[in-house]
Amino acid sequence: MTARVGVVLFPGSNCEHDAVEALEQLGGKAEVVWHGSTSLDGFDAVVLPGGFAHGDYLRPGAIARFSPIMSTVTEFARAGGPVIGICNGFQVLTEAGLLPGALQKNRGLKFLCSTVDIRVETTKSALSCEAEAGAVLRIPINHFEGNYTCDERTLAELRAEERIVFRYVENPNGSVDDIAGICNSERNVVGLMPHPERASDPLLGSTDGLTMLRSLLAAARG
Amino acid sequence: MRTYDVLVEVSLRPGIADPQGATIERALPALGFEGVSGVRVGKAMRFAIEATDEPAARGAVEELCKRFLTNPVIEDARIELTERS
Repeated sequence: MTARVGVVLFPGSNCEHDAVEALEQLGGKAEVVWHGSTSLDGFDAVVLPGGFAHGDYLRPGAIARFSPIMSTVTEFARAGGPVIGICNGFQVLTEAGLLPGALQKNRGLKFLCSTVDIRVETTKSALSCEAEAGAVLRIPINHFEGNYTCDERTLAELRAEERIVFRYVENPNGSVDDIAGICNSERNVVGLMPHPERASDPLLGSTDGLTMLRSLLAAARG
Repeated sequence: MRTYDVLVEVSLRPGIADPQGATIERALPALGFEGVSGVRVGKAMRFAIEATDEPAARGAVEELCKRFLTNPVIEDARIELTERS
């Protein structure tokens, strides 16, 4: 069965076609879905891509969270469907309350654009089930507000339940506990700042993102 | 109905790192301003709201802050209401 993935396009998203391209390269069927739509019928997984949804006005993700598609995404996630938020998509997921914590301005106040090493901390998530625990992946980052923060209790919970999916090998942005990506308790919703779709071809300098996207397709097929 | 002018001051919660505030604070001595400490950067938003009385207006603004204007994980809001005469 071919997994069908809906990639949500908010006004200001700019990584949706990269995500579609990378997923189709892996044999998935991916399609862009406008944020004004309220239907995800026929989709087995959802990607909230990177960019600047609604101009990042107020706070990244603060307005996107009220886009019509988001109530459907929330239902889809609650029903166990895999939902992935990449970069701005991660910010949207935290604002929507589908993932805990928040993303603050980078320590050092620099917009970061580079390729970094991240470690797979658990294979129990919709974005790492085909990876190897402990594997180090080279994945690009491209963000100003990627400094993950949460209260002590949430951090303790994330650690105890092994919900920190990816950690930076060298922390670029000040994220608490070197967190690059986390998942919800059901492990079907994953948010991360690095961009797997930008590490999907040797020409881009790395193909390590394919392991992550292959995981998503596997999770989508159930 | 009465109209209230609202000022919402959004600031990072105590204990949350404020890299902008820290950068400003570090720059001040270079500009000749000494003895300034505890710089925190936030945002201010102004709008008007209609409500039957002040508690109702405050309640509505608090809800607005909680659901939209702030991210309660990292931000606090201070609300100032002035009834328009």
